[in-house]
Amino acid sequence: MSFRAIFPALSVVAFILAVWTAAVIPMNAHLTADLAARGEMVITPEAPRDRQALTGLGVILKNPGIIPMTYVLSRPRLPSPHQVAIEMYDTIFTHVPTSRRSLIYHGWVTLSATLLGFVIGTTLGVLLAVGIVYNRTMDKSVMPWAITSQTIPILALAPMIIVMLGSIGIQGLVPKSVISAYLSFFPVVVGMVKGLRSPDSMQLDLLRTYSASANQGFWKLRLPASMPYLFASLKIGISAALVGAIVGELPTGARAGFGARMLVGDQYGQPMVTWAALFAAAITAASLVAIVSLIERRTLRRMGMVAT
Amino acid sequence: MTHPTITAKSLDLTFETNDGPVHALRDVSLDIKKGEFVSFIGPSGCGKTTFLRCIAGLETPTAGEISVNGMTPEEARRARAYGYVFQAAGLYPWRTIGGNIRLPLEIMGFSKAEQAERVARVMDLVDLNGFEKKFPWQLSGGMQQRASIARALSFDADILLMDEPFGALDEIVRDHLNEQLLKLWARTEKTIGFVTHSIPEAVYLSTKIVVMSPRPGRITDIIDSPLPRERPLDIRDSPEFIEIAHRVRDGLRAGHGDGPVDE
Repeated sequence: MSFRAIFPALSVVAFILAVWTAAVIPMNAHLTADLAARGEMVITPEAPRDRQALTGLGVILKNPGIIPMTYVLSRPRLPSPHQVAIEMYDTIFTHVPTSRRSLIYHGWVTLSATLLGFVIGTTLGVLLAVGIVYNRTMDKSVMPWAITSQTIPILALAPMIIVMLGSIGIQGLVPKSVISAYLSFFPVVVGMVKGLRSPDSMQLDLLRTYSASANQGFWKLRLPASMPYLFASLKIGISAALVGAIVGELPTGARAGFGARMLVGDQYGQPMVTWAALFAAAITAASLVAIVSLIERRTLRRMGMVAT
Repeated sequence: MTHPTITAKSLDLTFETNDGPVHALRDVSLDIKKGEFVSFIGPSGCGKTTFLRCIAGLETPTAGEISVNGMTPEEARRARAYGYVFQAAGLYPWRTIGGNIRLPLEIMGFSKAEQAERVARVMDLVDLNGFEKKFPWQLSGGMQQRASIARALSFDADILLMDEPFGALDEIVRDHLNEQLLKLWARTEKTIGFVTHSIPEAVYLSTKIVVMSPRPGRITDIIDSPLPRERPLDIRDSPEFIEIAHRVRDGLRAGHGDGPVDE
């Protein structure tokens, strides 16, 4: 990839880092001022109550000397980019991947649930789409329910799924995969229905003039025609699957996975842990989408559907 | 005297639409003999495409009789009686040119060896040698349409039905393809049904010209062409050619005059 190609993306990243870095100062101003006052420093106004009346920016304007300290708090309200980077480096590179302190370990826990859920969701989605396209009854009955299913907040549904599956002895990977599948089947259904219906009447008539069977129509026309739609759906589906797996880790106090790390960081006042998990999850999602995109390009090119 | 290949007797076809019934065909009767090149010409809505689709069994007439090789169109289709060429080439973008031509052969269950042999033969017939491995987007519109003709020829149907196959192509490419189509017809001795908007195209290609008019779709004139089967492009400047073209134009005009006013 050339520099020209990644320059726009890098610009956005640089902008976000700049805003983030600037936001650290006012966000952590009160915490830093309290800490500095307990130490040797003289802070104006002196009374913590008076400082609470000020905005973060107001505290900083009165005490510009505490600015460097806002970046090095051990329990900041908003960690600075370098603190998150250090936390990520430590948890990724300085522990063996099998250790519970390794982010790789937690990442794999979430990733395995994501991939299993994605496979289940995609399979289900494709099967439902085939049913919807070929069966009038399913067309009328399944689609409204598929849409309804996505209007239920997953945060409300996830604990119920986890608890219910747990009560019949299913724990660990599978319940999270179920939530992943629940989120990822939908874009696949929608995309595949559109894709399987994409051949125009002329292409269908052509097959009729050959007296082709419904089976042949599926394998030779509808399925290949749906490939571009399928890949578009898979890209949405795989990131949705990751979200599903993380959401599945939140409600029951799971002890491993990105979701568990986020929760632990929150509950024990370790914002760096939360943020590191957040970024690791985002990087994982981006990588998964990139992998699907790569497979998409390869496949469509081999099918002759992209001008090379 | 050859036996008619396609016989239509008082065909009626009415489409029920939201705006009421549309009479796509009314009382259409026609015999097409083996080896004839029949053009259907007329303005939009005159039922020329609908009639072609009835022959192919893609539409079912509401009344009247139609037989192809002594069978119903459905039966004839199952007996692989026709190759159909549509307005657009309609090649599958994920198949190579060779793969597209192979499509009907795969569906009809020809052996691998026979598929290859037939693909090579019809590609030669439409002058597309060397393009077997190319994808459709790598070919011009005219070449794509030739590939779609090859696809229709590949399984040796006796009847070739063509629905404005060259409508989207420019004049020069169209002339060239018309010339090639005549040669192909001479070599293969197929019966061809050809829908067109163009008077010169109809006169140049056909042994029989069927003039149709709309609302309801019906036949207003059937012209047997006195032109020889061998036709160089410059035959279009001959007095005979111009005379037939006149008659076709008159037929079209007459059909337009006694119909209801255009909505």
